[in-house]
Amino acid sequence: MKRYSAFAVAREALRYHMGWERAWTSPAPKRHYDVIIVGAGGHGLATAYYLGKNYGITNVAILEKGWLGGGNTGRNTTIIRSNYLQDPSAAIYEKARSLYEDMSQDLNYNVMFSPRGVIMLAQTEHEVRGYKRTAHANALQGVPTEWIDPKRVKELVPIINLEGPRYPVLGGLWQERGGTARHDAVAWGYARACSAMGMDIIQQCEVTGVRSENGRVVGVNTTKGSIDCDKLGMVVAGNCSHLSDMAGFRLPVESVALQALVSEPIKPCMDVVVMANTVHGYMSQSDKGEMVIGGGTDAFNNYTQRGSFHHIEETVRALNETFPMVSRLKMLRQWGGIVDVTGDRSPLISKTPVNNIFVNAGWGTGGFKAIPGSGWAMAELMATGHSPLAEEFSMNRFKEGKFIDESVAAGVAH
Amino acid sequence: MLMLHCPFCDEYVEETELQAGGEAHLKRFGPGSSDDEFHDYLFTRENPKGVHFELWRHINGCGKWFIAARCTVTLEVFGTYPANCTEPPQWIKDKISEKRPGWTWREFAG
Repeated sequence: MKRYSAFAVAREALRYHMGWERAWTSPAPKRHYDVIIVGAGGHGLATAYYLGKNYGITNVAILEKGWLGGGNTGRNTTIIRSNYLQDPSAAIYEKARSLYEDMSQDLNYNVMFSPRGVIMLAQTEHEVRGYKRTAHANALQGVPTEWIDPKRVKELVPIINLEGPRYPVLGGLWQERGGTARHDAVAWGYARACSAMGMDIIQQCEVTGVRSENGRVVGVNTTKGSIDCDKLGMVVAGNCSHLSDMAGFRLPVESVALQALVSEPIKPCMDVVVMANTVHGYMSQSDKGEMVIGGGTDAFNNYTQRGSFHHIEETVRALNETFPMVSRLKMLRQWGGIVDVTGDRSPLISKTPVNNIFVNAGWGTGGFKAIPGSGWAMAELMATGHSPLAEEFSMNRFKEGKFIDESVAAGVAH
Repeated sequence: MLMLHCPFCDEYVEETELQAGGEAHLKRFGPGSSDDEFHDYLFTRENPKGVHFELWRHINGCGKWFIAARCTVTLEVFGTYPANCTEPPQWIKDKISEKRPGWTWREFAG
């Protein structure tokens, strides 16, 4: 793999850009791999990358039924933050956020991490108390966040309307080192790095069956033939139940549609990420100038990658009150992704009832921010059988009553 | 937007009039049941890619519960029936068989 650098740009400029190589190879699958990861989204590719980088395991295939990063990795609103209430969540999300800080250097691929800061608005007394509590918890967890008053919110976000008649802004939880990144670049950067380590990324290869013998996985059947493996990692978000059914066990998740939309591009008007959880909308401005807006999930199981329109209506109505200028914007695109939601809104990074099958799922509405941390923990779990970061996220936590209850902590999307 | 037929009001109503109630035909486990049964009853849910049965409540209408047979891949609705049924009526099963030959779901219970 040739490194990307200013020198490389200059070199290619002198020869009509004919020397760039493909960022990753697309080989035919081999007969056997040490590890197969199903799902070439951010989490799957990150898992493969840290298996190679941290543990030297490079005989790895990453199977993808569609195209690389074409699922939720390419559909989210790219927000990165780690201001969670519960200790296990704060640990893994902060690990992820800190890995984002130097990811571009690590991968030699510009993921455009922009630590522009994230505000979560408090618009009810209940939220004020909740976020102050989170700020205190974050102080203990070593995650720098602070409670800010409405005046400071207005300084950070001049376009905000503090005096909303229904939901006035009473303050906010501010994480200065939160922000956004280019979501596709995260998948592409990991894919390029994995390919450079000799891993096989096999796209348009759908898993149609999981073969196990004596409670151990031995391989998978795919649309490109049967492939053997010693260990299998399932990292397929909304389709994880479908895959676990093939392996013969059930997961405590349900798949629902989550929506987002973007406006027409406008001049820079907001250089932080704002989340308003009471009114259920969050917004940031992309480098192209589009306002990127996240909506809510449907309440029913769904695999259609589109959501109900009334959620868009609710989100935009709420944003109109908090950001009056939004009412003059045209919306360009709306789309949906299928997210896998667990009972306590926290993910699963876990061993499974089948030996040597590991699952990484249940990220629900907030998976993008976790990609590097999730891959780091999943790789550790798959390589060594134990990961301190992943320990609390076992799928057995429901049976033991050890919930990581971010649904109560966050209220809504997180 | 999803539209479902309320079997009590005999009207097609929009999703905004309804409240989703999750998986239908759950068998309840309580005191005396095993840990596994109780865990599955509380936390494990069917999450099929295809035919699904789920509870809905006509909350901004008659307020009654009914069950919808629906495809989670196409959002096609096969039919709705009152929630006090232990399994779907035959006409719904026939309609699903016609449109999704070979469909399966878990055992209907309670």
